[in-house]
Amino acid sequence: MARLYEYQSKELLRSKGIKVPHGRVASSPDEVYQIAKEIAKPVVLKIQVWTTGRATLGGIKFAEKPEEARELSKELFGMEVKNFKVEKILVEEKLDIEREFFAGLVIDDSRKSPLVIFSSVGGSGIEEIAREHPSRISKHYINLLKGFKTYEARNLIRKTGIKGKLLLKLSSFLVKLYELAVEYDARSIEVNPLVLTSDGEIFAADCHLVVDDYAVFRHPELGIEIAREFDRPATELEKIAYQVEEKDYRGTFYFFQMTESPDPEGNYIGFHGAGGGGSMMSMDAVLNKGFRLANYCDTSGNPPASKVYRAAKIILSQPNIIGYFASGSGVASQEQFHSARGFVKAFIEEKLSIPAVIRLGGNYEEKAIEILNTYLKNIPGKVEGYGRDDSPDFCAERLRKLVEEGERVIHKINPIEEFKEPENAYSFETLTGKVFIEHERCGKCKTKGCVEECIYGVLKLDDGKPVLSMDAEEVRKGRCTECLACEIFCQFHEQKAIYIYLPILGLKEYRENLIKGRE
Amino acid sequence: MGILVNEKTRVLVQGITGREGRTRTKLMKDYGTNIVAGVTPGRGGEEVLGVPVFDTVEEAWEEKGPFDASVIFVPAPLVKDAALEALEAGVKLLVLIPDRVPIYDVLEIVEYARQTNAKFVGPNTLGLLAPGKAILGMIGGRAETARQWFRPGFVGVCSRSGGITSAISYYLTQKGLGQSTIIHVGGDPVIGLSLPEVIKLFEEDEQTKLIAMFGEIGTTQEERVAELIEKGEVTKPIVAFIGGKAAKSGTRFSHAGAIIEGLRGSYESKVKRLREAGVHVVDSFMDIPEKAFEISQNLK
Repeated sequence: MARLYEYQSKELLRSKGIKVPHGRVASSPDEVYQIAKEIAKPVVLKIQVWTTGRATLGGIKFAEKPEEARELSKELFGMEVKNFKVEKILVEEKLDIEREFFAGLVIDDSRKSPLVIFSSVGGSGIEEIAREHPSRISKHYINLLKGFKTYEARNLIRKTGIKGKLLLKLSSFLVKLYELAVEYDARSIEVNPLVLTSDGEIFAADCHLVVDDYAVFRHPELGIEIAREFDRPATELEKIAYQVEEKDYRGTFYFFQMTESPDPEGNYIGFHGAGGGGSMMSMDAVLNKGFRLANYCDTSGNPPASKVYRAAKIILSQPNIIGYFASGSGVASQEQFHSARGFVKAFIEEKLSIPAVIRLGGNYEEKAIEILNTYLKNIPGKVEGYGRDDSPDFCAERLRKLVEEGERVIHKINPIEEFKEPENAYSFETLTGKVFIEHERCGKCKTKGCVEECIYGVLKLDDGKPVLSMDAEEVRKGRCTECLACEIFCQFHEQKAIYIYLPILGLKEYRENLIKGRE
Repeated sequence: MGILVNEKTRVLVQGITGREGRTRTKLMKDYGTNIVAGVTPGRGGEEVLGVPVFDTVEEAWEEKGPFDASVIFVPAPLVKDAALEALEAGVKLLVLIPDRVPIYDVLEIVEYARQTNAKFVGPNTLGLLAPGKAILGMIGGRAETARQWFRPGFVGVCSRSGGITSAISYYLTQKGLGQSTIIHVGGDPVIGLSLPEVIKLFEEDEQTKLIAMFGEIGTTQEERVAELIEKGEVTKPIVAFIGGKAAKSGTRFSHAGAIIEGLRGSYESKVKRLREAGVHVVDSFMDIPEKAFEISQNLK
């Protein structure tokens, strides 16, 4: 889920007319000093990370003077909190707190409604309070069509024993909070503590907001880099992978690194699943055989061959892995030969030297396995293809055998060569790439098999040479599904005239840096 | 019998002229599903595989209605509109295929469906299949494989993972156990018919004698299945597998979720609750058919 930092969430609260403490975010001790000086009051410094319990971790400090704030912030910058390096600190005025509350909204899957929660006590330890003093907590399910009315908010808060002017102030706050949640498609929003100051004002002293991943496209203003469940900022390679996902709506591609630098002795493999349930099952199977995962990856929902190709290239941008394991549910509805071709193109380009086990069970699995067996038999690494009647456990065992029987090979990152467009080639654009056909070579072609292989009928013969059979614009918009069939046929059975260029933005530079680091 | 769909169900396809709509209409028709009409705004008057296409659901209903079900293949941001259009026209069962539908859109569909007394499956679903009768969605990929993989029988299959829905059913067929209805409830946190709701339908269905369920970490669906059994509302035997044992749970970011869900949602919680309620939870996915077979022996 796309999490916002506290300072971002507070900017949204402010835009809604909810009071938040005076202050802003800093990236260096000097900036901390500047902001503290501007505030001209005692301040609080709060590390900006995606986790609760920052106070216990030592991530919240108080300072009387700007100089003190600067000194304290030096300890906070660079602190490591659960994989998360502190780069930003929120500097705010210290509130004069009279009383603390808790307010939040979550989406309840059982009632299928947003649920507003209010507690007459707040601050740290809220979960224990909720367990021990349920009467202080009040909840209200919202009918989205009706919305959340102020009288409902008053009724909700009244039940925790709050009366009078305070009741009015809090209920007006709560309605605004709900409106903000709907406006920003919040999966959850939480203000803890919600504070009553000694001069009688209501302030949101802290705020966590999680935006629905699937609605991030509606909120470009939030600048969310990756709309995914992450508990730390994304790695470089994850960002590269996410761009692929974002630019191609066909099927899904999820990529997550367990480690950025796998130990060559650590038994790490590249993992490539298909479908959530099948991926989890397959992951269990390889873990049980003593492997560790360098990454988790899932291409599913009928992805084109080009997406599987890019996923494989990204997985193989991780050094020191000793095997490649791809496996899904085993009985997929999608046509499995598309994925097979994606693997073929990637493994050939990479001259894969580590063993790979690819389980492509499901619709057209026989053809998928045949594609793997036919085209990958001559690469250095041994590749085995399996289908629906081969269990994940069996396949994981095969990988273990291949790794142990052969000479142990450790995957090394290859540089990606600068792409040069072949001269004088016939070419056309596809949704995410470009197809080149060197017509000079087509003269010697006997079969013209590329046209037949293109099951979507994008190609036709013109004077014995393959050309587009339809409007180039339609092809670019997706009529060519980037199934790679024409290229693979031509490369293996004919004149090597067809090449499909499928760029992955940033991968070349990423690998160059890795290689530099290695040397 | 089976639940929700049979060969007589009159089916509408929304988004029938798109890449997915076309391909899946072929699958559904080839399998014998009674596809009556299609809708794509702006493409009225065309035909897809002999199915007439209309500009609006209302128009399709006037010409070819009534419809019992609508299968929706439009892009995710348009799903809400398509669903409301179908509900307003009077369709009582929707199947929302696309994934990445914003959660507040789903919540709105939930409220409209409540008002019109309708049900929906999904979003993010492969749909459902009644062996030998009909497919709503895309389970099986091709009619030929669907006929091979799934056979009529007495096991009700429900799953939160698409691929696994087919996998469980296929391995049951291999073991000689046919299925009453196969349903992928969808992978999202908020869905129309969730596991407990589907299991209640299986409970009422005469053909179903035994239920196979694939659950996952997250949400409270499996715990609610356990509650149904404890309340005596579900009595048929259930074989279950819960995925995600090895998955690392995310660092906690919110207290609100914890206040509501407590410790529900984790792998351990689900397995424990289900076992206490008497569900046969197997430790390995591939044990499902074996266990189902064993139970089926005692049914006779």
